[in-house]
Amino acid sequence: MERMITVFLASVLTHNIALTYILGMCPLIAISKNLKTAKGMGISVIAVITITGAINWPIYKFLKNSGAETISLLVFIITIAATVQLLEMLLDKFIPSLYNAFGIFLPLITVNCAVLAVSLFFVSRTFTFLETVAFSFGSGVGWALAIVLIAAIREKLALTGKVPSGLEGAGIVMVIAGVISLAFTGFGGIVNF
Amino acid sequence: MKKKLIRLRYTKWYQLLSRGIFKDHPIYAMALGICSALAVTNRIENAIGMGVGVTLVLMASSATTSMIRKYIPGRVRMVTYMVLISTFVIAFQLFLQAFFFDLSKQLGAYTGLIITNCIVMGRAEAFAVKNPVNFSMIDAFANGIGYTITLLVLSFVREILAFGTLLGHSVVPEGWVNWTVMAMAPGAFFVMALYIWVMRTAAKLDQEAA
Repeated sequence: MERMITVFLASVLTHNIALTYILGMCPLIAISKNLKTAKGMGISVIAVITITGAINWPIYKFLKNSGAETISLLVFIITIAATVQLLEMLLDKFIPSLYNAFGIFLPLITVNCAVLAVSLFFVSRTFTFLETVAFSFGSGVGWALAIVLIAAIREKLALTGKVPSGLEGAGIVMVIAGVISLAFTGFGGIVNF
Repeated sequence: MKKKLIRLRYTKWYQLLSRGIFKDHPIYAMALGICSALAVTNRIENAIGMGVGVTLVLMASSATTSMIRKYIPGRVRMVTYMVLISTFVIAFQLFLQAFFFDLSKQLGAYTGLIITNCIVMGRAEAFAVKNPVNFSMIDAFANGIGYTITLLVLSFVREILAFGTLLGHSVVPEGWVNWTVMAMAPGAFFVMALYIWVMRTAAKLDQEAA
């Protein structure tokens, strides 16, 4: 249990998937214009990362035992695409209100590299199943934290004034992300895997 | 007549190339594929490996997509691209492990992440699926080169500042202090922000026009 908390905290703060490993940047730039949609995207990513992490762990073990690790990449991406599709269909059927709120973000998540990266990282780290779940959930929370922080700053920034035209959009997001990431290095050394 | 044909063809090729490398540059104009451009550019060696990998995978997947474009049912085209792209990525990963083992260790999970590099998916969806094989190849090549050039510029700045070296050879004067932050994520973000700013201003692009 203690180990799970450590892994969780480390993946949120010190090994944040967006700010330390620099993953999932495309949606971070495209969907951080306002706080509400950023929150929606963040929550969808938390759900998808946790579920796919948990599904891919036994699949990887099975592939490893049968000596077919080479194709694990192919299998992971198919699992992710299938999970996203299934989640979309289930939400549509049983919780339509939630589907209307998050439906548009779900297809985008398939190409969010943070999701695939989590599956690739636990492979190279040899986690147990519970640690994998903690790590996946933590990474999702970390990514959601990053996008919410950036969206909040961008909303305030839009009120105060204009940035140089060349920096608008992607450029200013990079500056904001850089500053936040600099602040996050302050967490360094608190927890580690 | 023949001359005219050649000239026409030249224009289309030329247009495709210039669009990929300058006008619709994947990174600063479209803001695609930024993750890997930031994550692997702390050393020039990594940038070259990644650039070559993305260019090869991009060309191979664009060519295949365009070859079978008439047989892909519209509803499952995304999954088809995914399977095609991941096949080529696995091939590239195995190639790196066999011939450049150290490089493959350094790039680690990031070679696998070429699959979710939006440039590859984006070119398949936006260009290869509607155009014949030869133009798709050229378009893919142009975008790959545009991406590689960006990686080289970023890693050039970052490697000098962070380690004081270029391709492992020391290039800085005595008494130089390494900027450790340049090797880490914040440095990557700041250099990328500057690059986008400079390039967009130079190309007089703003987000609306892109």
